[in-house]
Amino acid sequence: MIADFGYGILVTALVVALYAAGAAIYGARKPSARAVESARRAMLLIWPLLTVAALALIYLLVNDHYEVEFVYQVTSRSMPFYLKVTALWGGQAGSLVFWSWLMALFASAVTLRNWARDREFLPWVIVVTAITIAFFLAMVVFFENPFARFWQTASGVDAYTFRPAGGLPVTPEDGRGLNPLLRHPGMIIHPPMLYLGFVSFVIPYAFAMAALITGRTDDRWIRITRRWTLWAWLFLSLGLVLGARWAYDVLGWGGYWGWDPVEISALMPWLTGTPFLHSVMIQERKGMLKHWNMFLIILTYDLVIFGTFLTRSGVLSSVHAFAQSAIGPMFFAFIGLTLITSLALLFWRWPDLRGETEMKSLLSREALFLFNNLLFLSILVVCFWGVIFPLISELVTGQKVTVGPPFYERATSPLWGALLLLMGIAPLSAWGRSTAKTLGRVLWKPALAALLVVAAVYFLAGVRNVVALIGFTLIAFTGFVTLYEFWRGARARQKAHRESLPLALWRLAGRNRRRYGGYIIHISMVLMAIGILGIEVFQTETQGTVQLGEALALDRYTLTYTDIARFDVPDGRNVTRAVLQVTRDGKAVAELHPRIDYYYDSQQPMTIPGLYSTLADDLYVILVDWEPASAVGATFKVFHNPLVNWLWIGALVFIFGTLVAAWPEREPAYVPVRAAATASGKA
Amino acid sequence: MQRMKFVLGGLLILAAVIWLIATSTQASAEYFMTVEELQAKGESVIGKNLRVSGAVIGDTIQYDPETLTLKFTVAHVTGDNKEIEAQGGLAAVLKEAVNDPNRPRLQVVYHGPRPDLLRNEAQAIMTGHLGEDGIFYADELLLKCPTRYEEAVPQQVEQ
Repeated sequence: MIADFGYGILVTALVVALYAAGAAIYGARKPSARAVESARRAMLLIWPLLTVAALALIYLLVNDHYEVEFVYQVTSRSMPFYLKVTALWGGQAGSLVFWSWLMALFASAVTLRNWARDREFLPWVIVVTAITIAFFLAMVVFFENPFARFWQTASGVDAYTFRPAGGLPVTPEDGRGLNPLLRHPGMIIHPPMLYLGFVSFVIPYAFAMAALITGRTDDRWIRITRRWTLWAWLFLSLGLVLGARWAYDVLGWGGYWGWDPVEISALMPWLTGTPFLHSVMIQERKGMLKHWNMFLIILTYDLVIFGTFLTRSGVLSSVHAFAQSAIGPMFFAFIGLTLITSLALLFWRWPDLRGETEMKSLLSREALFLFNNLLFLSILVVCFWGVIFPLISELVTGQKVTVGPPFYERATSPLWGALLLLMGIAPLSAWGRSTAKTLGRVLWKPALAALLVVAAVYFLAGVRNVVALIGFTLIAFTGFVTLYEFWRGARARQKAHRESLPLALWRLAGRNRRRYGGYIIHISMVLMAIGILGIEVFQTETQGTVQLGEALALDRYTLTYTDIARFDVPDGRNVTRAVLQVTRDGKAVAELHPRIDYYYDSQQPMTIPGLYSTLADDLYVILVDWEPASAVGATFKVFHNPLVNWLWIGALVFIFGTLVAAWPEREPAYVPVRAAATASGKA
Repeated sequence: MQRMKFVLGGLLILAAVIWLIATSTQASAEYFMTVEELQAKGESVIGKNLRVSGAVIGDTIQYDPETLTLKFTVAHVTGDNKEIEAQGGLAAVLKEAVNDPNRPRLQVVYHGPRPDLLRNEAQAIMTGHLGEDGIFYADELLLKCPTRYEEAVPQQVEQ
């Protein structure tokens, strides 16, 4: 009953979305304010409808309705309540519903804003968001219905939306259960964050399209969506970082990023969204790079759709991609169609989007921002090449050739390094014209400090690894430059306003949130770079089989194996848990419990590491093997991951920086008055 | 004059990126092969980076936890998706491959923790190289069990 009801609601939502798009087009062409208003109201109806549909699905999930195929696939009786709820996005059909629900939430929020100044954008924003929602709902309604139920027919048991002729309902005793890899608290937050990032990038895209269609191609669309973009970017970045942390905690290979196609597909919109975020500033300030910004947001939108498809299609890492899911061709058709339409609109408006000024100097702020964009896109090209290379090589040579993580690491690391360097220089360069001399004047102090740090790393810490030395140089340089910017700004304000230094710093950042929020984000990137460099370059490992009481040693740590136990826990797992006493330089520091969880329902073991984490390094232990009957002892693998914690600390700083930058500013009229008053007061 | 500088700068970046992509592709290209293709090519592929997929034969799995040495044998499965579909899906193809004694088989050696998903009739995607002894030495193992999880995340094991 509930299942039929839920499906009916989904169909209704699809019809309403199509109506909203149709009425908005009609209202804009006619023009008819009534039709647009009707479209707007239809748009506002979609989210409540999808809320009901999602709740219906959650109801089925938490109440063990295994006659529904989706519920059967992603839950089982032994799963805890929170996982049954989050199983909503544990499979493809439910993910699509969840995606549409989030999209509708954002689309509703945007239709509720004050449109007085931008009336002409409204219908087209509705058209773009409604079509996007309608596409996802069509996938759900026609191909991946999460409410399909099992029926017994002459040809066997299968899932159908409607009762087939002569079909008898079938209710399995228990579900298959969620994939053990997904049974983790990270499941609550990582997919929603990523999806939030995905859907919120649709809003700036919708405004960009509205600007192209209406011909109002000034920077108004950018100013409206500035904050949306920043939030979108925050969510997407957090989604990526949370995924990395989850991988580190659960996947048990001592790493956080494996360059598999799904990770790459989630990274790709970030690689276009980040330069977009930067280059819109150039457009606002100098009226340049207009084509470029349009191009970036179009690309971001289609990469978001692509990413949504790939992250949930279940055809990961395999070269046999895309064929298993019926919705693959649909997604590609939709991506192709939206890409061609958007680019056609862009070329149609090409003459209107000409820059208002020319680039004057290679070291000017705008030129360096352009380089930053090119570097991001270069990384995107590398990623894209890596993903499609197997297809190309098969077409050309008939031999399928793939590239693995070493390809991405080798090809992107110089580009990341160059980005890090630019991140240090660009904020200090002047608009319009900048020379090596003017730049040198502000850069030499931080550069000197960076050299001192690297000298210390070389001589005192004895690091001889070239990659690490280059990396530390860039990190130290960019870090110092950014900190020095805070210092210079705060000092200047301190002198001008006779404030204490902390107060000056606080007010300085408060008055220029976007700028200083950006600097905080840059610092967070530097911190993350420290963590990444640490684990990538300095990770060491050891492994061995030990008897009770024996020990393994790695770096300054000694791990003594003291106990092991195997027991059942109520949620359907069998746990094998080892106890290790850890000492560093002879002093006891921690007790670690690496374990193996065996899931009875899926007959699959999961290796959960034991982790001792400090600011300097992580000790990461996995229990590889233990047989109760044998006398061989237990086998452990131990990783020593220096500095990796800075990756996660950087992520926290990153959230803070983005919040500073995205926080609503005070009335803009206030600032010039104040500035004028101070200027005249000084004179 | 200024324009020239920008064009030159752009070309320089473009050249650098193309160079990076080309050399990195060469350095890390892995030739994707089925077991049959691998054995047909024989000695010509010894030492090259290869990526081979096959069906794990459960009875052959041996694990020595002392040395973390994992040995098993895989049976040939077709790499062609349409063929897999035609033969009733991946699960059926894997099952048939394991039970067919005439299929070309390949011995695999891997050092590291025993992957959680390794079991009979799993699909193994192995990255490594073929030794002169005809044994495949895998550096990385990716496993997929289509029987239970159509949508499983393959487990990644790295050395």
